[in-house]
Parts: sequence; structure tokens; C-alpha cells
Amino acid sequence: MSRTVRRQRVPIALLVPAGLGLAFLVLPLAGLLLRAPWTTLPGRLTEPGVLTALRLSLVTATVATLLCVALGVPLAWLLARVEFPGRRLVRALVTVPLVLPPVVGGVALLLVFGRRGLIGSWLDETFGVTLPFTTAGVVLAEAFVAMPFLVIAVEGALRGADPRYEEAAATLGAGRFTTFTRVTLPLVAPGVAAGAVLCWARALGEFGATITFAGNYPGRTQTMPLAVYLALETDLQAAIVLSLILLTVSVVILAALRDKWVGST
Amino acid sequence: MTVRWIRAALAGALVAALGLTGCGDADAPAGPDGAGPVTVFAAASLTESFTRLGKDYEAAHPGRTVRFNFGGSSGLATQITQGAPADVFAAASPATMKTVTDAGDAAGEPAVLVRNQLVVAVPRGNPARVGGLADLARPGVKVALCAEQVPCGAAARTALDAAGVRLTPATLEQDVKGALAKLRLGEVDAALVYRTDVRAAPGLDAVEFPESARAVNDYPIVVLRAAANSAGARAFVDFVRSDAGLAVLTAAGFQAPPGA
Repeated sequence: MSRTVRRQRVPIALLVPAGLGLAFLVLPLAGLLLRAPWTTLPGRLTEPGVLTALRLSLVTATVATLLCVALGVPLAWLLARVEFPGRRLVRALVTVPLVLPPVVGGVALLLVFGRRGLIGSWLDETFGVTLPFTTAGVVLAEAFVAMPFLVIAVEGALRGADPRYEEAAATLGAGRFTTFTRVTLPLVAPGVAAGAVLCWARALGEFGATITFAGNYPGRTQTMPLAVYLALETDLQAAIVLSLILLTVSVVILAALRDKWVGST
Repeated sequence: MTVRWIRAALAGALVAALGLTGCGDADAPAGPDGAGPVTVFAAASLTESFTRLGKDYEAAHPGRTVRFNFGGSSGLATQITQGAPADVFAAASPATMKTVTDAGDAAGEPAVLVRNQLVVAVPRGNPARVGGLADLARPGVKVALCAEQVPCGAAARTALDAAGVRLTPATLEQDVKGALAKLRLGEVDAALVYRTDVRAAPGLDAVEFPESARAVNDYPIVVLRAAANSAGARAFVDFVRSDAGLAVLTAAGFQAPPGA
């Protein structure tokens, strides 16, 4: 079957909802641009708090993504390639952070990693380490909400990849780990990249779990979304400027990554 | 034929969607006598007492309903100046109320409803043995404050400055309930919150400190100019300012305004 791309009229029953959908997604962004205080923008950009929050956001989102890749890719492999009892349940559990309100995720993190938490109290007593209100806590909160995006993307790529390459490697004497690193990973690299990009974007925008688990303190746990929310309390213009910066940075980075790794069409 | 049906269905859906967003209360129109729902935007620290007052008001006026939107006062003020559909605004500080009156969104002059004072909230039994503001700066004592952008944070800053105490809080929460939550979860040892918040939260004790007298917050309340139900709004404001209303508020730990 050859792919035929015949020019024909787009059915209006599809065009109208598609247009409405597009307008719905784009209009709020246009609203931000229209209401932005362009004249005072340069001065606001160089306010000290802005760069601090932006740097913290970029660093924590990137570290959280690395953490997600390190743990999430093996998890996705397990779900896609290994038969074990309760696999469907595990698969469902992995996606729970997707449907959980992030604030609830933050409370759940506190109950486990907080000062009185199951693991947190042990960490505190044994090593004197407490995670809430630290930058590490921000990374943890972001990784918690973002990891499902990576696992789902990578698992999808693994299921789509032809397992015969792996079987061939195995018949040639490669162990399961060697097969994974030398055959499977290169095969699903685009899927991993796409998942990592999604994961990073989700981590960058994280708000609820972060403010609940890591609190809000400039330079330590106040990421851009938190700064936007607090700016909204007093200074709408400042909130718009912060939002625009976050938007610009994320769009530029995502566009660059997409062209490089995910392949544009 | 089918296309026509789909088009008709889509048009219908669109009209329905616009109708829904246009007037969410089409089923409950506000009458001139104040019937119908009243929407009250109120400071987070008023959550418990206003919820109670709302129930009392509905019980006293059958057929009327009150809906609340509780949050950080400054955020509520922003929502109102951006056109959020509210009938009444009760703020935790005159400064946040001023952003609403300056924008011309208030109908008339705000009245001071109650006053509130800061305390140091600690877990019951005060395990960190906090005796006053100075103890909050002790190493190893984790403190939650409100962010300075919201009234409880501004009051905390005033009180700390008055006491000459410099401290690095663990977190600057977006409203007073956020600071309280961190304390109740055991993540901090103390939080600077309102006296009313401690009274409403089980398992917490309040440590009073003299400098809080320097940072007393007036709570102004006003009917909004864009109120869809201004008669109902005025009735609710009169109700909370009545002796019965003030009794509920003072029982919650608020102080009556001067001259009331």
C-alpha cells in the first residue's frame, strides 16, 4: 500500500473543533504576551530574584530528569520485557502520580521522606539528613511527578521495538545486560529522548508537590512556578514577566532538543 | 445529511459551552430581595469562622446560600481586580483591601470586621521549648513563616523587626494555612500564624509574645461593585457584623474591632 497524500477539502466537522482546540490552547498564551509590561521588561528581567529562581528551576528539572532516566529506563524495560506476576498492577501503580493531584503527591512524599516519615525519620536519625525544605527535596518532588512520563514513553518504545534483534544478540552469546546496553538501548534511544524531554518539561512546571514537600524559600526551593504564584499575590505584572521567561526558556530548549533528538516532521 | 447533523450538534455544543461559561448560575438567579447565592472571597484565616457563619446565615434565611473562596488575601484581591465573580471580599489586611478599593472594585467604604494577632504555634507540649520570638532564631529550630506578600507574612516581618530577631525560616508559605500544615505534619518546630488558626487546629499550642501587639491585623470587609447579588451581599455583611456574628468570630479568637 502506498501512502497517498491527496489534497482534498478538510471536513468542516473536523476543522471546527480542531480550530477551537488550537484557539483554546494558544489564546491564553497570547493573553500573556498582550498583557506583558514590555516597557519595564528589561528592568524586571534583571531583578536578582528572577535569575535565582530560573537557575534553580533549570538545575532541579535537569537533575530530576537524570534521576528519572537512571531509574525509569530500567523500570520501563522490566515492564516491557519481563513476565512477572502482578505486572499489570505494577504498570498501573507507575502511572498513579499522573492522576494524583500534585499537592497530594507532596503530602505523600512528606509522609515517607519527611522528618517524621517512614524513611525520612531513619535518614534524620542515622545521617542527620532531612529532605523537606532542601533543593534535594525539590528534585525528589519533581522526579516523583515526572517519572511516569518517561516510563510510559520508554515502555511504549520498547514494546514497539522488534525483539528479534535482542534474540539475535542472545543467540550470538550476549548476556541480558549486554543485550540491553548494546542492542536495546540504541534501538529505543529516540523513545528515551522523547520521554526525557517530556519528563523535563513536566519537572520544570512542577508546582504543587514542590511547595508541599519542599516549601518555598528563595534560592533554595523557590522555583519559577512558585515565584510566579507568589508574585501573583501582589504584582500581576511581575507574575506575567516570570511566566513569559519560563515559557520562553522551555519553548527554546524543547524546540532545540526536538530537532536534535526526537526528529521533526 | 450526517455532516449536517454533526454541524448542528457541534453548534449546539458550542452554544451550550458558551452558555455555561457565560452564566454559571442561570438556574439560580439573584432576586432583588437578596435571594440566591452570595459569593464571598475571604482570607484563609477566616476559613473556620466564616464557614460556620455561612451555615448560620443559611439557617436564618431559608433559600439563601453562601459560597466561599478562601485563600491568601493578596491572591484573592488579584482575582477580584481581574474580574472574578465575587460579591463580598473579606481581607486579612487593609493593604490587600486597598488594592481592591484603588481599582474601584468596592461598593462603598470597607468596614473593619475584626482584628487578629500573631502567635507562635507549636505542637502540643511545646517540644522545642519555644518561649518567645527570640527562641525561633535558635539553631536547629525550624520555622515556617508566611511569605511577605501575604498579610500574615507582612505582620510576621513587622513583629520580628520589632523584636530585633533575625532568622532564616525553613519555608515562606503562600498562606497561613500552608504554614500551619507544615507544622501539623511535623516538618517544622514552630510557625508564626494567627491566634485564630491555632485555636482552630487540634494538637497545637499557642505561645503569645509581646511584639505581636505591634503587628495587629485589621480585617476589612466590603461589598463589591460588580456584585451579582448586592442585596444578598449586604445582608451577609450585616449578618457577620451583627452581635451574633461577632460572637462567633471572637469565640474563634478574633478581637472585636475598636468601637464595636
